[in-house]
Amino acid sequence: MALLDVTDLSVTFVHRGAPPVHAVDGVSFTVDEGEVVGLVGESGCGKSVTSLAIMGLLPRRGVRVGGRAVFAGRDLLTLDDDARRDIRGREIAMIFQDPLSSLNPVVPIGVQVAEVLVRHRKLERAQARRQAAELLERVGIPDPQRRLREYPHQLSGGMRQRALIAMAVACQPRLLIADEPTTALDVTIQAQILDLLKELVRSSGTALIMITHDLGVVAGLCDTVNVLYAGRVVETAARVPLFADPYHPYTVGLLGSIPRLDRARGERLTPIPGSVRDLLPWAEGCAFAPRCDRRTDACLDGSPELTRVVAPPRAYRCVNPVRSAPATAGEVSG
Amino acid sequence: MSVLTPGRKVEKLDRLAELAAAPADGRGASLWREAARRLRHNPSAIAGAVILGVFVLVAAIGPFFVPYSPTDTIGVANGEVRPAAGIIPGPSAEHWLGYDHLGRDEFSRMVVGARQTLLVGVVATFIGMSVGCLIGGIAGAAHGLGGPWGRRLDTVLMRIVDMMLALPSLLLAISIAALLGPSLATVMIAVGAIAVPIFARLLRGSMIAQANAEYVLAATALGVRKHRIALSHILPNSLAPVLVQMTLTLATAIIEAAALSFLGLGNPDPSTPEWGKMLADAQRYLEISPGLAIYPAVAIIITAFGFTLLGEAMREALDPKLRT
Amino acid sequence: MIRLIVRRLLQLIPTLFGLSLLLFIWLHRLPGGPETAILGERGTPELREAVRRSLGLDQPLWVQYGRFLGRLVTGDLGVSIQTHRPVWTEFAERFPGTVELTIVAMAIAVSVGIPLGYLAARRRGTWLDNLAVGGALFGICIPIFFLAYMLRLVFSVHLGWFPTTGRQTVGINATRVTGFFVLDGLLTREWDAARDALWHLILPGIALASIPLAIITRMTCASVLEVLGEDYVRTAEAKGLTARVIRQRHVLRNALLPVVTTIGLLTGGLLSGAVLTETVFAFNGIGHFVAAAIPARDYPVLMTFIMIIALIYVLVNLLVDISYTLIDPRVRVR
Repeated sequence: MALLDVTDLSVTFVHRGAPPVHAVDGVSFTVDEGEVVGLVGESGCGKSVTSLAIMGLLPRRGVRVGGRAVFAGRDLLTLDDDARRDIRGREIAMIFQDPLSSLNPVVPIGVQVAEVLVRHRKLERAQARRQAAELLERVGIPDPQRRLREYPHQLSGGMRQRALIAMAVACQPRLLIADEPTTALDVTIQAQILDLLKELVRSSGTALIMITHDLGVVAGLCDTVNVLYAGRVVETAARVPLFADPYHPYTVGLLGSIPRLDRARGERLTPIPGSVRDLLPWAEGCAFAPRCDRRTDACLDGSPELTRVVAPPRAYRCVNPVRSAPATAGEVSG
Repeated sequence: MSVLTPGRKVEKLDRLAELAAAPADGRGASLWREAARRLRHNPSAIAGAVILGVFVLVAAIGPFFVPYSPTDTIGVANGEVRPAAGIIPGPSAEHWLGYDHLGRDEFSRMVVGARQTLLVGVVATFIGMSVGCLIGGIAGAAHGLGGPWGRRLDTVLMRIVDMMLALPSLLLAISIAALLGPSLATVMIAVGAIAVPIFARLLRGSMIAQANAEYVLAATALGVRKHRIALSHILPNSLAPVLVQMTLTLATAIIEAAALSFLGLGNPDPSTPEWGKMLADAQRYLEISPGLAIYPAVAIIITAFGFTLLGEAMREALDPKLRT
Repeated sequence: MIRLIVRRLLQLIPTLFGLSLLLFIWLHRLPGGPETAILGERGTPELREAVRRSLGLDQPLWVQYGRFLGRLVTGDLGVSIQTHRPVWTEFAERFPGTVELTIVAMAIAVSVGIPLGYLAARRRGTWLDNLAVGGALFGICIPIFFLAYMLRLVFSVHLGWFPTTGRQTVGINATRVTGFFVLDGLLTREWDAARDALWHLILPGIALASIPLAIITRMTCASVLEVLGEDYVRTAEAKGLTARVIRQRHVLRNALLPVVTTIGLLTGGLLSGAVLTETVFAFNGIGHFVAAAIPARDYPVLMTFIMIIALIYVLVNLLVDISYTLIDPRVRVR
């Protein structure tokens, strides 16, 4: 059984005097024990909101959440506040995009790491401090004893993110969610942080959900990839097949827009035409249709359904995919 | 899959074309228009505006419709009012709010008093705003445009402003009033003086913040001359907080004027009614006729509250961070 | 740290000089000339001329200023026109009363304002929020002396719950040690005297606290709201910390920083409010004395009062600045 099974997750934001915003519009995916799953998409496709919904970190007012997110047999979306607080930090942990703003500026780093241990492991403060120092060392921060007493503004960007990772893995969670952890960092630091994540995950068997817009990150890290567009999953595949043999036109477009070293110099880049704002509501048709060069009449006739292929395990939401052959070999589901 | 008729197909394609052609929404709306829209829907803004409207209306045309003259001491003349004996009649059919301690019709005084009170508030605020903005504008412009000498001028001006701020407002007013002697003009100048450093600081800070904004950098890079940038870009965008402060200052000006009257620094002429003075004069007769203090106090409170509500709503409406 | 304090104190000097200069000019522009500062507005022309000569008004202005400064520094503040006693003595006698009143008022404002502001922020948009914010706005709009009179009328005169005037009930024999009546009572273990003095402070304290209460409530509410939207609070939630820990360590410790600054700035307003409140309650503090000095044109008293207030205000601001460097680690430069 999967560790995390998300079914038909939907998140709608309602504001007085404005139409409701369907940030997440029926997302389904699974995460197995120890698996690294990628959630890929452009800004605004709903990947961050998905993870916040799973963690229960969305505000209560003005937000409607639907669907199910079953973790180790319990539906996270129906838990009460205390139960959520027990799970967060201990069984499921999360790290965010901007390491500076994600740290409390007036509290020393050591305290911020130790407080997770105090809360979930019920450690004494001195003990927690010692373990915090060990954790800092584990994530590659030099001179951890000194760092314990320092404040976030005294650390570099990479070190801050390492500290946040230390806080996340402190209680050895079964699932770690990383929301664009390297976007705000320098490229060289990015590589280091990704290596750190990979190493931590492999050695401890923690599952990882990697949220990113950067396909390069996905290529180096993920076992399975879910491509999101306009709040829905449009393609799911294992890493190699996704890059080698994409089915959905959006995925093709994403891959095609990456600048490559092996093309001739001076060759024009091929972006996807239009922008994320040019979309149809899913109820009326395929949201990607306005930008798609494979658009047909059928694409404008209601939401395309998700086609699941059993072997090899893939899925795509398209009525005119790049390669149509496997459509016959599996169930069709919403 | 259902059947797509040719008509429906055209519809959908039109819709697609529309989507492609539509400009990015929201970015084009100006700050002011968006603020006005927010204000229209804000209940406290509406309440504040209504209160203000009533106040201005009463102040403007009320005095033409009052039943009695505000200065005629009728009550003493006809013997109904005898403060020494502890008798000051309250509301009745002929005198809706009763008499005051000198036998004048309280209702008429309240209505006519609105005009004087409004005058005091407006003039004081105007003094504070114009002098303050002048100082603040010069300081801000000098800081940005004047080079090293400009920055020194800015520092000097701000030191002076800080010294004015070092004195708590009422005490500053007392000092000025002590110099000038009690009169209506004194109150207006003293209360205005309280507001001067606030506006100066505000405008200068706003201008400097704007000067560091990216659009100014862009304009400079495009070669627009500095003084044009200051006049056509920085100044208009710095005005929003000044407007908000102006409304809030109107509220406090009326209250501070009342406090000065209470201390004996206001207009010694007992004839022209003004709510602050009426409130101050009424303190002595609180036990005989508490209404004489309550009517002007309530009027002051409600008016100040109205201005404050409106000012706060304006601040929220003009806050660019809250734009959707 | 010490260097910072010394530097700030040195920066104080030009401001103090400026203030003394302003005072000097003020004295000179008094109606009737500077001799009014000593004689008031009475006195025969010959007497006034004699005083003018003794003040050295025939000397050049800067010499006069020097002598003025000299008198200030040695504590020669003149003699009160009303009581014919040295101004310094009059102030020294009344100072403790006003300080006690200010402390009580500030205590009320802080202990009610901060929790109220916090609750209003947490329950944003509910009746509590609207009541707190609306009430705060309302509180600023009530003239203090009117509020003081109403409180006195209702709770003292009519209901008799509190004493109507003064600092201590006539007839209670209390031993004076410091001049701070409540403290004196506690030090000499005369509990009745201490309680009586405290009781006299409550109504004027409430009246005086109205404006700072309103301001603190609004500031706390705004600050807490801002902090609640910060990323580090989200991180704290993601770590599964208890609501209490999040509130104390992450929300309040950051949200209260600007409130502390505001409290310092409010002190000046309290002193001017004391002038009004003490008059209403015939409370024998500096405020009442000064309020009486205004119609009496007791200029030596007025001048001293202005000077003291300015001094206190400037010092308090300095203290607040210094305390800020202590509380906020980001401000500690090198």
